[in-house]
Amino acid sequence: MMYHKEKSIQIKSSASALYNNLSVLRIAPRNLTYFSVVHANMVNMVSASWDGLNYSHRQLQSKEPNVTTSSSLIMQAAWCVLPYREILVLTSQKGIQMYESDGSIMVYWHALDTPETPTAQAVFARGIAAVRDKYICVGISSGSVLVFDVPSKGSNITLSEVLEEHKESITDMASECSGSLECIADLVSADDSGNLSVWKSGEDFQLLNKIPGFDMSCSSVKLWKGTVVAGYGTGQIRLYEAITGIIHAEINAHARWIYSLDIAPFSGLVRSAFTCSLPFQIVHMYNECVTDTQICGAKFCDGDGYAFAVTGYDLSEIIRYTQA
Amino acid sequence: MSSRTLPLLFINLGGEMLYILDQRLRAQNIPADKAKKADWIEDDRRRVMNDIITTMFNKKFLEELFKPQELYSKKALRTVFDRLAHASIMRLNQASMDKLYDLMTMAFKYQVLLCPRPKDILLVSFNHMDAIKDFVKETPSILSQVDETYKQLIEMYTPLSSGEFQLIRQTLLIFFQDMHIRVSIFLKDKVQNSNGRFVLPTSGPVPHGTQIPGLIRMFSCSGEEVKKLQFRNGGNYTSALREGSFEMFGERVIKLGTNMYSVSRPVETHLSGTSKNSAQQKSVNTTPNPLAKEELNMLARLMGGLEVQKTSSVDNGFRVNLFATDEEEEEALISRPDEFSYDVINIQATKNQRANAELAKIMGDFTEEGEELCPSSASSKGDDLLAMMDGL
Repeated sequence: MMYHKEKSIQIKSSASALYNNLSVLRIAPRNLTYFSVVHANMVNMVSASWDGLNYSHRQLQSKEPNVTTSSSLIMQAAWCVLPYREILVLTSQKGIQMYESDGSIMVYWHALDTPETPTAQAVFARGIAAVRDKYICVGISSGSVLVFDVPSKGSNITLSEVLEEHKESITDMASECSGSLECIADLVSADDSGNLSVWKSGEDFQLLNKIPGFDMSCSSVKLWKGTVVAGYGTGQIRLYEAITGIIHAEINAHARWIYSLDIAPFSGLVRSAFTCSLPFQIVHMYNECVTDTQICGAKFCDGDGYAFAVTGYDLSEIIRYTQA
Repeated sequence: MSSRTLPLLFINLGGEMLYILDQRLRAQNIPADKAKKADWIEDDRRRVMNDIITTMFNKKFLEELFKPQELYSKKALRTVFDRLAHASIMRLNQASMDKLYDLMTMAFKYQVLLCPRPKDILLVSFNHMDAIKDFVKETPSILSQVDETYKQLIEMYTPLSSGEFQLIRQTLLIFFQDMHIRVSIFLKDKVQNSNGRFVLPTSGPVPHGTQIPGLIRMFSCSGEEVKKLQFRNGGNYTSALREGSFEMFGERVIKLGTNMYSVSRPVETHLSGTSKNSAQQKSVNTTPNPLAKEELNMLARLMGGLEVQKTSSVDNGFRVNLFATDEEEEEALISRPDEFSYDVINIQATKNQRANAELAKIMGDFTEEGEELCPSSASSKGDDLLAMMDGL
């Protein structure tokens, strides 16, 4: 399998060195793809037409309402796809903001408890996942996971539950992305000591399993057909069966900290860049090196993994590849 | 982001500053009309280094520095280093101070980017500390200040997890974002490209704790390894080196943060003037900062700890030039593009009475008569504090 580089998409400011710093939303009915990349206290949004002819840009700042201090640094921006709507979620040092998918209207704001004077432990929100029909889950630096109940339209979003399982800062979260309704596990959350928690969603979320870490941060996680795919600071990727915690595979994938990994849900391609299928065949497919760039975001642009995009620290472009 | 970043930023930038000043003080041509003996010059150099180091490691100052806090803006930090560079009889013109700061920041940015693991930033800090200790090894009083700081660093940072170090690293990288000043010593060593970006190698030892990429292991349900596959990872990596020492003494193993100026070569900076870069730089710096007032208060508290040694007479002060000649220095000042100007906070222009009074007192202690430390906007620009800050 070969990919070749396409024309990059220019963005208004460079990408910050944050985990999972690229989100992609495919809008098939309008032949558009949205991309979002975080730069300090701003999100660069680009809407790209599939024919490659039209690009429009928007920048969102994390201006929290009723807060007189300066805008805070954004940790992550990601689209959450629910059956009836798509929400753009921004997580920052001050709280969580939710917008309509084009970033035009803020529909919800949740403030974190920030202390008067800074404490040694940083305060921020990080880790975003849409779960099943109506939940958006967001992680917090304390280790808590906030569960928001999202109606099919409007701004009546409510905090329905706080999951207190992790003791370290949440790094990433992922929901089951294969579309299969047979999978029991709906959500996996990861933290700075590499611990993973596997959940079932509902009125009350249920903890199904805890997979212990090995004292190394797990910075990026995905859940596909009941398998957790986790990327660690050591450059290793591990695959576990979510419900039991049994390790299926271990890949010495990279020589540096993994900042982002993604799965193409229809094909099982893992961007970073392996494919996995059941019962566990892991085949290394493809290598690409973006010269002199520290990659901080990597996402497939479609469900089959035909195209993917990456962002890099200090780079003001989204680099794209498509299958040759 | 991380509220534990400032001490590392300060100590590492300070360390780079000392390397550069030490090199320039050794290389400085002494004007022919001053009949000085060789050992007087050597004494001067040692005195300047000692004065700066003792100011850097002042107990009250470090207490403020080590408190949990957000990073300062570039403006505020530059102000602190201006102050520090003038903590001795040495004087720097603005062009030289600008160049010094360019070199310091690009050097530390390079070190942060190239650190194999986020935790290795602490080893880089220890490399700077080890060198500083060597500068003052003959002055026990300052040596004990430095030792005290080692202990504080060890106490604060060694218990942190990998994830917390990564947060510190990410905070530092946001601070250094979009800075692409070309440094001739980096260009010559081929660690920086002509577009100002650093070379990230895909060969060499993997970080401590990481395996060489290329292996896939698959396991059965009982945990037994059932298959092993190799793949080519596109790089050319070797096994990790042993881990450096995180104690007061010991081999640090990592070379980042050691003195790259020990071979005496003139260091020029080229300001990357591409319009794309300048547009980005502007977009980050021109947003009015509503925290300006709060930052001034923090700055006042921090700088209150920077005790200054008063010079008894102007004659004893001598000017250090970071350029090869005075003409070059003058030319650099005139030709420096606007987007690269470091807007040092003009204390007199602030409306915050309390911060102003405290800062003015501190700054007044060492600003010589008639000399402007900060680029002056002589007339106050009206009542809006933010407009004044932006107008500098």
